[in-house]
Amino acid sequence: MNKLKKLTTYRLFLPILCLVLVLLVNLITTPDFFAISVRDGMLYGYIIDVINRASELVILAVGMTLMVAASGGTDISVGAVMAVVAGVVCNVLAGGEQSVTQYNNPYILGILAGIAVAVICGCFNGFLVAKLKIQPMIATLILFTAGRGIAQLVTNGQITYVRVDHYKVLGSSIKGLPLPVPFFMAIIVVIVTTLILKKTAIGMYIESVGINAKASRLVGLKSSKIIFLTYVFGGLMAGIAGLVASSRIYSADANNIGLNMELDAILAVALGGNSLGGGKFSLMGSVIGAYTIQALTTTLYAMHVSSDQVPVYKAIVVVIIVSLQSPQLKKWFKKHSLGKKAVNGNEVA
Amino acid sequence: MEPGVVLTMRNIYKTFPGVKALQDVDFTLRRGEIHALMGENGAGKSTLIKVLTGVEEFETGEIKIEGKEGTIINKSPQEAQMNGISTVYQEVNLCPNLSVAENLYIGREPRKGGFIDWKTMRRQASELLDSLDIHVDVTSAVENYSIAIQQMLAIARAVDMSAKVLILDEPTSSLDDGEVEKLFTLMRKLRDQGVGIIFVTHFLEQVYAVCDRITVLRNGTLVGEYKVEELPRVQLVAKMMGKDFDDLAALKKEGESAKVGEEVIIEAKALGHKGTIRPFDLKIHKGEVIGLTGLLGSGRSELVRAIYGADKPDEGELLVKGKKLQVNSPIDAMMNGMAYLPENRKEEGIISDLSVRENIIIALQAKKGMFKLLSKKEQEEFTDKYIKMLQIKTADRETPIKQLSGGNQQKVILGRWLLTNPDFLILDEPTRGIDIGTKTEIQKLVLELAEQGMSVVFISSEVEEMLRTCSRMAVLRDGSKVGELEEKELSQSSIMKAIAGGED
Repeated sequence: MNKLKKLTTYRLFLPILCLVLVLLVNLITTPDFFAISVRDGMLYGYIIDVINRASELVILAVGMTLMVAASGGTDISVGAVMAVVAGVVCNVLAGGEQSVTQYNNPYILGILAGIAVAVICGCFNGFLVAKLKIQPMIATLILFTAGRGIAQLVTNGQITYVRVDHYKVLGSSIKGLPLPVPFFMAIIVVIVTTLILKKTAIGMYIESVGINAKASRLVGLKSSKIIFLTYVFGGLMAGIAGLVASSRIYSADANNIGLNMELDAILAVALGGNSLGGGKFSLMGSVIGAYTIQALTTTLYAMHVSSDQVPVYKAIVVVIIVSLQSPQLKKWFKKHSLGKKAVNGNEVA
Repeated sequence: MEPGVVLTMRNIYKTFPGVKALQDVDFTLRRGEIHALMGENGAGKSTLIKVLTGVEEFETGEIKIEGKEGTIINKSPQEAQMNGISTVYQEVNLCPNLSVAENLYIGREPRKGGFIDWKTMRRQASELLDSLDIHVDVTSAVENYSIAIQQMLAIARAVDMSAKVLILDEPTSSLDDGEVEKLFTLMRKLRDQGVGIIFVTHFLEQVYAVCDRITVLRNGTLVGEYKVEELPRVQLVAKMMGKDFDDLAALKKEGESAKVGEEVIIEAKALGHKGTIRPFDLKIHKGEVIGLTGLLGSGRSELVRAIYGADKPDEGELLVKGKKLQVNSPIDAMMNGMAYLPENRKEEGIISDLSVRENIIIALQAKKGMFKLLSKKEQEEFTDKYIKMLQIKTADRETPIKQLSGGNQQKVILGRWLLTNPDFLILDEPTRGIDIGTKTEIQKLVLELAEQGMSVVFISSEVEEMLRTCSRMAVLRDGSKVGELEEKELSQSSIMKAIAGGED
C-alpha cells in the first residue's frame, strides 16, 4: 500500500498511466497492434508507426514546454512556422523551380536558411512576448495567421517538390537503422535539451521566472531575456519539426505542413502534467504526452475510425485524461469519500 | 446563549500541516461592542476569522450565533453572510467601474417587472449612505473615491445585508489619520445601532481609540479577554508577546557596542525615482546598521528600491565604495555587493514552488551566470550550512518553500542573501509576520553581521525593534527623506516626533 502510494505521488505517474491506458485499449480491440515485423532489417508495425509519426510532435512539445514554463502562455504559431521553414528550405534547394530532381543549391545551405528563418520567427515571437509584454497567445496569433501566407509567398502559391532521395532521409529510414530517422531526430532533440537543462542553470531560471517573475528579478534574473530565449528555442524546435515534416513528403505544402500541430503540442504539455500557467515543468512528461496523443490517433485509425471523425474521439479521451489530472477533481473525490464521516461531528441544525 | 451576546465560539481547534493554528480558542462578541482581536503575526487571528467566515474548515469546536438554533458551521463566506456575518478586508472587494449604488446592491438589486428598478436602487442607496453619514454621489463610479470611502461603502453594504457581526480585518492599514477618524465615527455609529464589530488591527493606538474589549491570542491559544480600560498598553504588549521586557532590553546593550567604520560603502546623491521617492542624500558606512523609519507609504521601501535598482532611479547618482554606479536592474546592484530582502515576502521574496535548496542558491547562481551551474554538491553544502546556521525548520532541503511557515521562509530568503556574501544588506521588514523568537534571532544576527563589517539598512514598522538594532536612523515622510537621527538622539519619543513632523 505504501509503495503504491509512493508510486502515485511520482510526478510522471499520471502521464505514464494515461499512455499505458491508451495502449491497453488496443490489447482488446486490435491485438495485432503490438505485433512488430522485420523486413530488410527495418521494423514495422503499429507501435513503430506511433514512434515514427509522433516525432515532430515530440520536438514541438519540447519547445512548447519551455515557453509555457517561462511565460505561462502558449505559442500557437509553431505549426505555421513549420510550414514557413519547409517553404524556405524547399525553395532554396529547388532554386526557385517548382519541381526538381537534383539540388540547385547545396543541401546544407537549404537547412541553414530554414533554421535561420525558424530562429527569426522565434525572435519575433519572443520580442512581442518578452519585451512588449503582449499575451503569448495574442502575440503568436500574428504568425499563426500570417505564417501560412508567408509560406505561400515563398513558394509562389505552389507546392514545391524536391524529388531527391537524399532529401527524403530525414523523414524516412536509412539502411542499417532499425527505426525510422524521425524517431532519432526526436530522441536527439530530447537528449540535447535535457543535457542543456542539466548542465546549465537555465532550467531553474525558467521555472523561477515562470513561478514568480517579480521575485526572480530581485534575485538578479532578467526575466524578459529568459522568456525571449525560450521563444527563440521554441522557434528552432518548430524549424526542426518543419524539416522532418517536409522531408517526409519531399515537398513544401504550405497549407498542410504542421496543420493544427500547435494544438497537439500544447495538449502534449498539458497531458505531461505540466501547468499551463507556467512554473515547474517536466520535459519527460511532455514527451510522454506527445507519444500518448500519437498513440491515441494511431489507435483510432487501427480501429478503422474514419479520419474526419478522429478528432471527436480524441476530444473525448482528452477530456477524460485532463480531468484525471485536475487537482479540483481529486479534491472533490477526496471530499466525497470522506464526506460521510462528518469531519466536525456536528451538523447544521 | 446569554442575553446580549451575538456570537460565541467555543473550544475551536484547527491544525495546518505541522502547525497547531488554533487550540481550544474561545471568543465571545456582544451586541453593540467593538471588540479588538489582537496578537502577533502568527498568533491565530486570521485563522480564527477564516474559520468563522467559512474560508477554512475547523476540526472541533462550536460556533453559535444569535437567532439560530444550535451550532452553525459556515462552509463558505456566502453562507457566513447568510448567517449574518460579514467581513470587510483591507483590500476592498468592490467593482471599481460600477457605480456606488450598483456596488451596494449588486446581486440583490431591487426589481420591478423583472427589470432592475434603478430609481428605487438609487434612492435606497442614498438613504442608506445618508443614515451612515457617508456623503457621496451614488451614481458615480466607485473608482472615483478614495480607498477610505470605498471601505466605508463596503461596510455599508455589509451592514445593509443585515449583518449582526461585522468583521473588519486590518481596515486602517492603507488609510491616513483623517480617514481613520472617519472610519471610527462610522464604526461607533454602527455599534450604537447594535452591530457587533470584530476589529483586527496591529495599531495599538487605534485599539484604545475605538474598542470596548480586547481578546488576545498568542501562538494559537487564547490569552484572555479584557475590557479596554482594565488593560494598559504596556500590559497588552506583554500579553501579546508573552515576554518580559527585560529580555528585549538585554539586546539593546549589544547593539550599542557596535562600532561603525569610517569607510563609506554607499552614497546616494540626490537619487530619486519619480512618483515614489523624491531625491535624497544618504551615506552608509562600513559596519553600520541604519534604520529607515516613517509611516507605511512614507517612502521607506521606495528609498531602498531606488538604491538597489528594483525601481530604476531616474535622477541623481549612486556611489558604491566611492565609484559611480549605474544601476539598471537588481543584478547590477548584486554584482556590486548589494542584497535586498523585500518587504513583501510572498510576492517578491519566495519562489513558491521551488525547493528550499533552489531558493537559497538562486541569487548566487544568478550572480555566477547561467552557464556556471553550481554543482549538486556545492548546492547541498550551501543549503545545509544555512539551514543549520539559521535553524530553518524544514523537512528536507528539497521541500518546496511554500510548505514552510512564514518565519522559516524569511530565514531561507535571508540565507539566500547571506550566501552571496554582500557588503551591503537591505532588510525591508525582515521580521514582519514571524514569531517573537525568530524576531530576536534575526535582530541578533543583524548586529553580528554589522560587527563583522557588513553594512545593513533595516526597515521596520516596530520602533522598539529599530531602537534595538540601529545605530542611526533616517526619517521619511510623504515620499521624501526629512531628517536623520544620530545614535544619542534615538528614543521612542524622538522618533515619533520626527515621523509625525516635529510639531507637538
